[in-house]
Amino acid sequence: MLRSGVIAKKVGMTRLFMEDGRQIPVTVLQLENLQVVAQRTVEKDGYTAVQLGAGAAKVKRVSKAMRGHFSAASVEPKRKVAEFRVAPENMIPVGEEIIAAHYFEGQFVDVSGTSIGKGFAGVMKRHNFGGLRASHGVSVSHRSHGSVGQCQDPGRIFKGKKMAGHMGSARVTTQNLQVVKTDIDRGLILVKGAVPGNKGGWVTIKDAVKKAVPENVIYPAALKSAAAAARQAADEAAAQAAAEEAAAAKAAAEAEQAALDAAEAEAANATPADDAAEGGENNEG
Amino acid sequence: MDLIAQLEAEQVAALGKEIPDFKPGDTIRVGFKVTEGTRTRVQNYEGVCISRKHGSGIAGSFTVRKISFGEGVERVFPLHSTNIDSITVVRRGRVRRAKLYYLRARRGKSARIAEVANYKAKE
Repeated sequence: MLRSGVIAKKVGMTRLFMEDGRQIPVTVLQLENLQVVAQRTVEKDGYTAVQLGAGAAKVKRVSKAMRGHFSAASVEPKRKVAEFRVAPENMIPVGEEIIAAHYFEGQFVDVSGTSIGKGFAGVMKRHNFGGLRASHGVSVSHRSHGSVGQCQDPGRIFKGKKMAGHMGSARVTTQNLQVVKTDIDRGLILVKGAVPGNKGGWVTIKDAVKKAVPENVIYPAALKSAAAAARQAADEAAAQAAAEEAAAAKAAAEAEQAALDAAEAEAANATPADDAAEGGENNEG
Repeated sequence: MDLIAQLEAEQVAALGKEIPDFKPGDTIRVGFKVTEGTRTRVQNYEGVCISRKHGSGIAGSFTVRKISFGEGVERVFPLHSTNIDSITVVRRGRVRRAKLYYLRARRGKSARIAEVANYKAKE
């Protein structure tokens, strides 16, 4: 069952020290006001997906068309908008906020982002070519590629020949990164290893396609409203339990008091105190 | 404070390591936890601290050099490693470099470091 991914901001990298002495390099990804902006349905669009928005944009910097789009969903203007294909049963209502509990520790995810731009790069950097020799008559072209083709036949360079050119600033996906830790209050997801893109860049996180989806993932998504409802229910249950306990304690105290009273009364009434008192207590109990 | 610095500060606080004040040139003893099969013991490694890197934050590390059986040995320890049981300063050395890599080329008498007679810890 395909469920929604999330949009996150790359905050930076740090390390975690584990109890057993291991150090884990982690990338910190943050969820910022991640809300469902629109739905895509089979009837209307021919496929099912949710459109999520993240971050906060100044209203004056949002185009009029997008302003209308956000107001239709009655959400704050978002900085970044992305669509995630979902199974029809995992559709999320518009306006719902997704929280970091969407992923749990140990789960594997795929993270996509726009890689850091390298500009016009030579073949050694771009395609890991070996370059030419440092000496033995090589002049000027130590970092160049060698021959790019054959002779009169075919008389052209094959398409897709690896050459110098623009590198980076492309959409890159890093697969099978493990979630090491999540911080729901601050909306942080810490994944092991590096993630494409600059600090402050937007990335999308999805369940890993090359690993089986774990059974305990939350469908359709970890929603703020659901979490709030769960918390409220838990609070209510706790309150009720406390009330019941208090009532039970009170009842017990009353019963005890009654027993004592009865015992005292009986003791006062009957001179063979022992038997009567014991009988009275048993009756009360 | 940016979020990364905040997370690192929190982790340093959570680890609760007591790191003594030491500098390059000081002779220090590091109690390092070694796991052999199932049981863990603490192994002491004593030598001269020849460099400290990346400050005192979570990424901080230091290098300890000693001569073991006539062979120079250097080990790099992460400052906040959970494998470090203790760090004790054995001797305060007086040096004029932050990185004492010149000791690698020296042996015996010329590799000595003078002791600080009246050491004052920085406030």
